[in-house]
Amino acid sequence: MGEFAISTKDLVKEFPIDHRAMRAVDRLSLQVAPGETYGLIGPDGAGKTTTTRVILGLLSRTGGESSVLGFDSMRDMYQVRERVGYIAQQFSLPPNLTVLENMRFFADLHSVSVDQQSARIPELLAFAGLSDFRGRLAGKLSGGMKKKLALACCLIHEPQVVMLDEPTLGVDPVSRREFWSLLGNLRAEKGLTIFVCTPYMDEAERCTRVGLIYEGRLIVDDSPAHIKATIPGHLLEFTPSVFAPALTLCTGIDGVLEVQTYGDKLHVFVDNVPLRQPQIEAALASQGISLDAPREIEVRMEEAFISLIRRRAQGPQQNSIPGPSSRTPGGVP
Amino acid sequence: MNAQPPLPRDSEPAILVQDLTKRFGQFTAVDHVSFSVPSGQVFGWLGPNGAGKTTTIRMLLGLLKPTSGNAFVLGFNSATQTKAVHAHVGYMSQQFTLYNDLTAKQNIRFYAGVQGLSSEDLRRRIPEILHMAGLEGRENVLTGSLSGGWKQRLALGCAIVHHPRVVFLDEPTAGVDPISRRQFWELIYQMAKDGVTVLVTTHYMDEAELCQRVGFISGGLLVALDSVGQLKRTKMRGQVLEIGTSDPETAMRVLKAAQQNRRIPLDEVALYGAQIHAVVPDAQEYRAAVQQLLSDESIQVHSMEWIAPTLEDVFISSVKSPPGEN
Repeated sequence: MGEFAISTKDLVKEFPIDHRAMRAVDRLSLQVAPGETYGLIGPDGAGKTTTTRVILGLLSRTGGESSVLGFDSMRDMYQVRERVGYIAQQFSLPPNLTVLENMRFFADLHSVSVDQQSARIPELLAFAGLSDFRGRLAGKLSGGMKKKLALACCLIHEPQVVMLDEPTLGVDPVSRREFWSLLGNLRAEKGLTIFVCTPYMDEAERCTRVGLIYEGRLIVDDSPAHIKATIPGHLLEFTPSVFAPALTLCTGIDGVLEVQTYGDKLHVFVDNVPLRQPQIEAALASQGISLDAPREIEVRMEEAFISLIRRRAQGPQQNSIPGPSSRTPGGVP
Repeated sequence: MNAQPPLPRDSEPAILVQDLTKRFGQFTAVDHVSFSVPSGQVFGWLGPNGAGKTTTIRMLLGLLKPTSGNAFVLGFNSATQTKAVHAHVGYMSQQFTLYNDLTAKQNIRFYAGVQGLSSEDLRRRIPEILHMAGLEGRENVLTGSLSGGWKQRLALGCAIVHHPRVVFLDEPTAGVDPISRRQFWELIYQMAKDGVTVLVTTHYMDEAELCQRVGFISGGLLVALDSVGQLKRTKMRGQVLEIGTSDPETAMRVLKAAQQNRRIPLDEVALYGAQIHAVVPDAQEYRAAVQQLLSDESIQVHSMEWIAPTLEDVFISSVKSPPGEN
């Protein structure tokens, strides 16, 4: 497992719930090569955070193997800590310490020498765009700046791997883009391995490889381009004049592989656009439903995610994602 | 709920903001903003943190007095007819202000109580909301043990228990997975089809693409107001090149250097997985220069495509423009 930055094999994590074992991570195997930006995606409760915490050695595993840079997550916990930077989902920086004091605090936690601190801290503050805010209390920073400070703090001990659990939750688009641009710089300039859990599919597009986790199992593991290419058919988008009947009707038309809802629009996957588009229009017209601006669009990670999860959750026979009134895969506690 | 002034006709805007300004001391949070939202529209109210989004919403809800200008909801002046406004609006914030130690049903009952629903209304409304939120069979589960998507739909249900005509959703989908978010947007459009006007804020531009119309606010100023398609055509400064290369990390370093020494006017350059997105003033004009720059460093360029901007590209471009330039 030595050549991988992060590696798990048949990883299992169970939690006791009501005297029974609830399996949060189920024989999960993944490998992340050095320098990769790996995105772990999946519905709420699929096991993303648990997997991350087991790899870090913050939770003990029930079975299988997990390691970082060849060090076992459990046996070599301290070697792992020395080489990994981690931002937890609900991280908190001491709010009554300034930016600079926060950096020093994290440096001390990681036993970074004073000499090293005086070299690295200004460099990291510049990298995070926080040089002008070194005297500001962490509690007075904007949401986006807090995230950047957390990133700077987790890099203070010069880790080779960073693990980030939903690092952009609640920050605005400008800060989110700045944050990802920092990650891009770490990748391009330092060759850092980045492991990131995210519920946002536009962020998944920014990873070199993506693992899709569902009910504790890794069901897809590939580059975003390849994952999108595995979704069968071509994607038609249009706005029907009446929504619910159009959804039902489209689902039953020949050559329609899948129907997803998209606000007041429908996303219909078909085997052949020139053939099926007129057939769909005719079928809807026969029920008095017109449709606005049909066009073929490219499948994004979001459509791929929904398609893959839906197929997993319901088996291949059903064609549309359930309405809010049905049982949904989002309901795993 | 009795003796309310009559509701306006559908032809009048559900939300009307006229020259609205709010100052806190020296700081102008909302600066002469005007817009209107017709009845039944799904309107996205977007902007960076601190841009004035929530301040605008709070003035529309009558929770904050404007320094100058007016805010109207359904024809009622938010500052002077606050009670009438409250009777007809629903509000849901990102914190999903639900009681975790109450069951789903008890939460609905609580909010119905706050809104003064009659027990008869309540009997009809509880099953409707449980159905809408997909919580049938889970009505007696403690809210704290529900996952993000369920909680979110329950919070929406509680916000609309009194059949409001206008609903304000302030970052309703933070941290919820894509499937739950799609279902949530299906609910938003169900409400809109029933004539409910929805004003929604979000930090996720893929979601904002679902709005029929959007407004961008930046530094208190309204910088854009239009449909998503129109904004993409008119508001994007520069064009996006998607570049596929043999070595994206090195290509990125080369392009960053070219940006810094201004060899090529690159507005932005960023890694997107195996690709690089570079924003140039004109894709056709600068294509060759980018190609040349990379080949000079022995980087093979597999592909270079001029791609349509996302709403996020447009948003960042708009809020970065100095005021007055838009």
